[in-house]
Amino acid sequence: MGSLLSRLGLECGRKAVKEEERHLRANDRELNLSYKYSDNAIKTSKYNIFTFLPLNLFEQFQRLANAYFLFLLCLQSIPEVSSLPWYTTVVPLVLVLSMTMAKDGSDDMNRHRCDKQVNNRQVEVLVEGELQSEKWMDVQVGDIVKLENNQFVTADLLLLSSSEPLNLVYIETAELDGETNLKVKQALTVTGKLEDSVEKLANFNGEVRCEPPNNRLDKFTGTLTLKGETYSLDNERILLRGCTLRNTQWCFGLVIFGGPDTKLMQNCGRTTFKRTSIDRLMNVLVLSIFGFLMIMCLILAIGNGIWEYQEGSKFAAFLPKGVNAPFSAFLTFWSYVIILNTVVPISLYVSVEIIRLGNSFYINWDRKMYYPKNDTPAEARTTTLNEELGQIKYIFSDKTGTLTQNVMTFNKCSINGKAYGELLDFSGQRVEINEKTEKVDFSWNNLADPKFCFHDNSLVEVVREGNPEVQAFFRLLSLCHTVMPEEKKEGELYYQAQSPDEGALVTAARNFGFVFRSRTPESITVVEMGELVTYELLAVLDFNNVRKRMSVIVRSPEGKLTLYCKGADTIIFERLNPSCSNLTEVTTLHLNEFAGEGLRTLALAYKDIDPEYMEDWKLRHHVANTAMDEREEKLDALYEEIEKGLLLLGSTAVEDKLQDGVPQTIEQLSKADIKIWVLTGDKQETAENIGYSCNMLREEMNEVFIVSANTSEEVRKELQTARRKMTPDGTEEPTVKKSRSGLFCLQKTETVADEPVNGEYAMVINGHSLAFALEKDMEIELLRTACMCQTVICCRVTPLQKAQVVELVKKYKQAVTLAIGDGANDVSMIKAAHIGVGISGQEGMQAVLSSDYSFAQFRYLQRLLLVHGRWSYLRMCKFLRYFFYKNFTFTFVHFWYGFFCGFSAQTVFDEWFITLFNLVYTALPVLSLSLFDQDVNDWWSFQYPQLYTPGQLNQYFSKRAFVYTVLHSGYSSLVLFFIPWAAMYDTVRDDGKEIVDYQSFALLAQTCLLIAVSIQLGLDTHYWTAMNQFFLWGSLSVYFAVIFTMYSNGMFLTLTSSFPFIGTARNSLNQPNVWLTMLLTSVLCVLPVVAYRFLRILLWPTINDKVRYKVRQDKVLPPTPRRVQARRTSTRRSGYAFSHAQGYGDLVTSGKFLRRTPKSRPALFSQTDSPLAQTQPQFYRTISEREEPPLSP
Amino acid sequence: MSQQDQKDHQGQQQPEPLPVHTTTIQKVRIMMKEELETTNRPDNTAFTQQRLPAWQPMLSAGIVIPGFVLIGLAFIGIGVALFITSQNITVLEKDYTGVETTSDCYKCSNPSDKNCTCKLEFSLSTLFEGPVFFYYGLSNYFQSQRSYGASKDEYQLSGDLDYFKTPISACSPYQYDANQNPIVPCGSLANSMFNDTFKLYQIVNGTKKLVPFDGKGIAWWTDYNIKYRNPSVTPLKNAFNGTVKPSFWSKPAYELDTSDPSNNGFVNQDFLVWMRRAALPDFRKLYRRITEGDYARGLPAGNYSLEIAYNYPVLSFGGRKKVVFSNVSWMGGKNQFLGIAYLVVGSLCVVMSMVMLIVYAKFKFPEDD
Repeated sequence: MGSLLSRLGLECGRKAVKEEERHLRANDRELNLSYKYSDNAIKTSKYNIFTFLPLNLFEQFQRLANAYFLFLLCLQSIPEVSSLPWYTTVVPLVLVLSMTMAKDGSDDMNRHRCDKQVNNRQVEVLVEGELQSEKWMDVQVGDIVKLENNQFVTADLLLLSSSEPLNLVYIETAELDGETNLKVKQALTVTGKLEDSVEKLANFNGEVRCEPPNNRLDKFTGTLTLKGETYSLDNERILLRGCTLRNTQWCFGLVIFGGPDTKLMQNCGRTTFKRTSIDRLMNVLVLSIFGFLMIMCLILAIGNGIWEYQEGSKFAAFLPKGVNAPFSAFLTFWSYVIILNTVVPISLYVSVEIIRLGNSFYINWDRKMYYPKNDTPAEARTTTLNEELGQIKYIFSDKTGTLTQNVMTFNKCSINGKAYGELLDFSGQRVEINEKTEKVDFSWNNLADPKFCFHDNSLVEVVREGNPEVQAFFRLLSLCHTVMPEEKKEGELYYQAQSPDEGALVTAARNFGFVFRSRTPESITVVEMGELVTYELLAVLDFNNVRKRMSVIVRSPEGKLTLYCKGADTIIFERLNPSCSNLTEVTTLHLNEFAGEGLRTLALAYKDIDPEYMEDWKLRHHVANTAMDEREEKLDALYEEIEKGLLLLGSTAVEDKLQDGVPQTIEQLSKADIKIWVLTGDKQETAENIGYSCNMLREEMNEVFIVSANTSEEVRKELQTARRKMTPDGTEEPTVKKSRSGLFCLQKTETVADEPVNGEYAMVINGHSLAFALEKDMEIELLRTACMCQTVICCRVTPLQKAQVVELVKKYKQAVTLAIGDGANDVSMIKAAHIGVGISGQEGMQAVLSSDYSFAQFRYLQRLLLVHGRWSYLRMCKFLRYFFYKNFTFTFVHFWYGFFCGFSAQTVFDEWFITLFNLVYTALPVLSLSLFDQDVNDWWSFQYPQLYTPGQLNQYFSKRAFVYTVLHSGYSSLVLFFIPWAAMYDTVRDDGKEIVDYQSFALLAQTCLLIAVSIQLGLDTHYWTAMNQFFLWGSLSVYFAVIFTMYSNGMFLTLTSSFPFIGTARNSLNQPNVWLTMLLTSVLCVLPVVAYRFLRILLWPTINDKVRYKVRQDKVLPPTPRRVQARRTSTRRSGYAFSHAQGYGDLVTSGKFLRRTPKSRPALFSQTDSPLAQTQPQFYRTISEREEPPLSP
Repeated sequence: MSQQDQKDHQGQQQPEPLPVHTTTIQKVRIMMKEELETTNRPDNTAFTQQRLPAWQPMLSAGIVIPGFVLIGLAFIGIGVALFITSQNITVLEKDYTGVETTSDCYKCSNPSDKNCTCKLEFSLSTLFEGPVFFYYGLSNYFQSQRSYGASKDEYQLSGDLDYFKTPISACSPYQYDANQNPIVPCGSLANSMFNDTFKLYQIVNGTKKLVPFDGKGIAWWTDYNIKYRNPSVTPLKNAFNGTVKPSFWSKPAYELDTSDPSNNGFVNQDFLVWMRRAALPDFRKLYRRITEGDYARGLPAGNYSLEIAYNYPVLSFGGRKKVVFSNVSWMGGKNQFLGIAYLVVGSLCVVMSMVMLIVYAKFKFPEDD
């Protein structure tokens, strides 16, 4: 994605002259072409055949490592400096470059193919008075195109006319902003008159002046001039490329922006490139390694200077040149830069990429993260962040769609003091309801929704018996709501509800025989137990946040006036008729029970109204409704007046269904010491409710702080009070550790230390308070308090605030954060966090598209982190530690040899060995280590989530670990150089010939090195698969095969100067003392490590050691008992269950939606059979029918 | 390892429960749909699911402590064998640089003095068991210097006549002489060939008895037969037409051994030995073997006199020259280090195993979580 975007940036940047204003005329290609606007062809590919090689190489050499190797290559071409032949650098460099090139090339091929496919899509274009099918790429600005249902919008179009009344079109913008709900666009009436008459359209010659191409999706300004009159154009008239036409038979549009100018393409800005903390650490390390390298080279160069001065000058008779010492030292410095370059090997970066890619594939392949219900496997969308998954400290989660399914089900109810919905067995014990429990049969009701489940048969029995209270209960549910019905075919009803709760309630009523069938602004038609009844709708007293209730006043066919009201129990109970007190008590008990189970409750009440009073009230209502000032207050007072003396009917309990395994996942993650913060746009009550039901908030917690103040000072006070309560003897001032990090220590970081807390606390903060708390002077206060709590829930937060919270934690905690969400409102947070996870297969694709990892269910998060993340981190750290060890050891041997070769940059090893060491001899074993290694398998990883904590503390690879590695390799290199030196010094072969000649010594030293690092690898490997064995032994055998081949007569005779080591292997490896030396070096390298590790396991065992020991002991633990969720009987109760701010009341009564005959329009929402379409809040705008007045003549 | 149990835990995942629908037709339809739509389901292989069978060793006391003991004992055994073998090797080493004024070679240490010979006398009290190898040794001599080692022409040395005319530039400044004649063999490595010669006499009853030296086969077989070859021109001298000998040499390459025509040019044994450059600044090189006549069993006890033609100057750079008489064993020449190192490491292993045993006994692995 990133590359695609950057390429687009490239395209955009090329435009030399900035467009000031766009001017075009319909059906006038000549004029439009004269402006040289881009046509509709898009190009996302980067290269063509000719530019591929130079461009790609240019890009690749922009990478530091590649550039460094190029620099080395240049150095090597200077004969005075060149201490190694050219192939030692060229072979790896070419290998790396060609691998990257192949990858880039194939990526670009795909893009070419995609571009071609898109550019060749067909669309009908009006050309010279006729509709012709043309390719997308041939469409020009100013053309008129015809779109049909379910077609993609070709370019950014000005909507001219459509098949639908009022010139409406419906579009889906999922590709653009991720929202799956349909949006409505309306053409100008003046253009709407063109309809689908080709003749009229061909003669249409309107001129458009508008803004130049830009990336604002929600804004458009321009004018249309037609027949001397000017009309203003706004976003409502524009169809953007990337949208899909829905539920509209056809429409015509005028192309305004094409190809790269479209808002979709303009919007593909550069996304920030995420890097892992290991990446950043590695940069710092590489830089310090460079420094270290320079120091080593400097020491050796100075050594060379001294040597030249003391020895070399006197040695002049034998040495080629009597050079002056400082110049020789200077040359030597560069020679050593070449030789010691293996400390920063190019193959490190390649290997790191391969390892990450491999571990990403494991995520894609994991069947335990595959969700069969919608056939979605997990997907690693970025392949560069894997190891960071093993270091997560904070998780920021969305609620709706992430923790919950966003599906509401009518679960229980209490009618007239009797609770329904529980299943009891013969002994009166509750029966656990699960998938297999028998469901109530609704076949008697042919309008019932087949997807509705209910288990308590008694309720059906009472409703069919005709119990008046129960019938009134369901009648209320079928009347008091703002749901829109949709009846595509006779008897197939679909409800469009603004909140899923409402949909659930109306559906429940439908199944119990009170089917809401249709509505007009003045009436509601309900099928009551098979009988069609039409109620006259007199008033809708709509819901809002303050009222927390909604009522309708209806007149039944018999002429009886009734007010039906549903709302938050506390609100309703205040307005009850005193006669209901007994019933209220019983209902309260039930409500508590429901709330204790985490259900969302509503109380229902009704009241009969006197017709005369109603007349009077209606009159006053009308007056208030048309009042110019204080309309709201006046209406509220009127509502208040009539919603009094209600009679309680009962209560409903709707379950906001959690996704499977959410509480268990949260428990596991918190055992792994990961803190989970819920950031939701939902109401506080809802959020709290979910907090309880997924075990984040618990009754046994010491306290749950609620921060919901309205001023800055109050928020601060509440935060401070909470903090002081948690740590009464804590310091007032936060302990802030200031440090510097990053390359050259340029970044200043401040870390707020964790503070110890006694007991468990939780905090709930609402969006309003959060806005104050996130201000500069209070953010640390917020962070301190929040971080002391076990659970933090932020409700009513905006997408921006979500990102701010993430940024806050990132800034002051220096911890790795993960954000998980499913909707477009989570995108900001997903992008802000170190790792963004998208829940796929739900609301749109936006979250997934901007995420780094995606899967279908929240519960897969624990597998992603505790298994894949942990392993990736472990593997990456092992890899890095081992890789640095191996290369440092390799390099340090050269350093020691400097003292024995006059600091002349003579290599210890054969040049071919230097070339192949990283690429062939040690590449695959370490790769197999870092692709297959696991300390314990996934089952045990889940058993002990604590295994995750070392990653959070950076224990496996840090600066400290790096220093240990350097010291370790220092020791190894000493052994590897000085043992062969001492063992061979002044000795000879068993036939009296020399053995300390340079070539034999080189062979001995390199073989010792290879064996020692191979054994070290073996020590580091915890999980020996066949692959590990194969690669390790294979590499060693390859080494011996290669040296015997390279040192053979044939190779020497073919390429004399490249293979001067002829015969060395044969002559040296038959000597017993050579093998004895190898054995000694290997043992000396390895045994101290074994002893150290063994003692460390005994004396300071880590959690890993303990668990591995347990695994070894084969003590299979009994499955940990699932925490049985205690039935809470709390006074905590959910409020009004609507998750929206304001109801549809206005729309319903104004009837703006209902003017169309059902026949002319197919389903408003094509996907009505999915729960989504019903649960998605829809946003409509008022559609005007008036003709737009011309702006000016 | 409890592979069996492991497998059980990792066993195949239960399929997700399917949603249950009330209408059978719908159920069937949906199930069919799901069967069709599981195309994205990842493969269930041990590799993709990371369940490859594996051996998972651990550093447990049962392996580590006995392992240390065994390695320790084995090393002590090897160390003893190496040490005794090394002890049985006789080495006689004599410096003849002529630094001390008492030395006979002191007179030759002045580099301006050409064709100087000096004597080195020594006596053996017992038989120096044969076969005896005679080495010359140089100290503080950096054959390992990079540009020194690189200063030779492999192609020239393998007999390629083209490179006789134009030696490679690595040979510089011993590529061409002052008159732009190519030097063959070129380069400082060849130029600096060791040119002291030795004759060993046994003093028997006051008369000097020459100890025969065997100079054949002192170089590596591969060097003699493959790596270095003379150009196939007879007589060999003609190949060198138009070239000059290295400035340091007294004789051209084709006249190195006047006694044996096959021991000339680039396959001269002394030349080959010299060209195999040493890795360390102190080295010895095989000069001759003593394997013939009365000395086949070794050098008998008695007085010996070594006559040295002192040509090679080393004092200018603080170098030392020496001669070494040595015999060898199955493990090569005398080297105490390896035996001692094995003994030390072996004992350390045993000691370490004791320490670990004590620690283990004290801090048994914690049983609790």
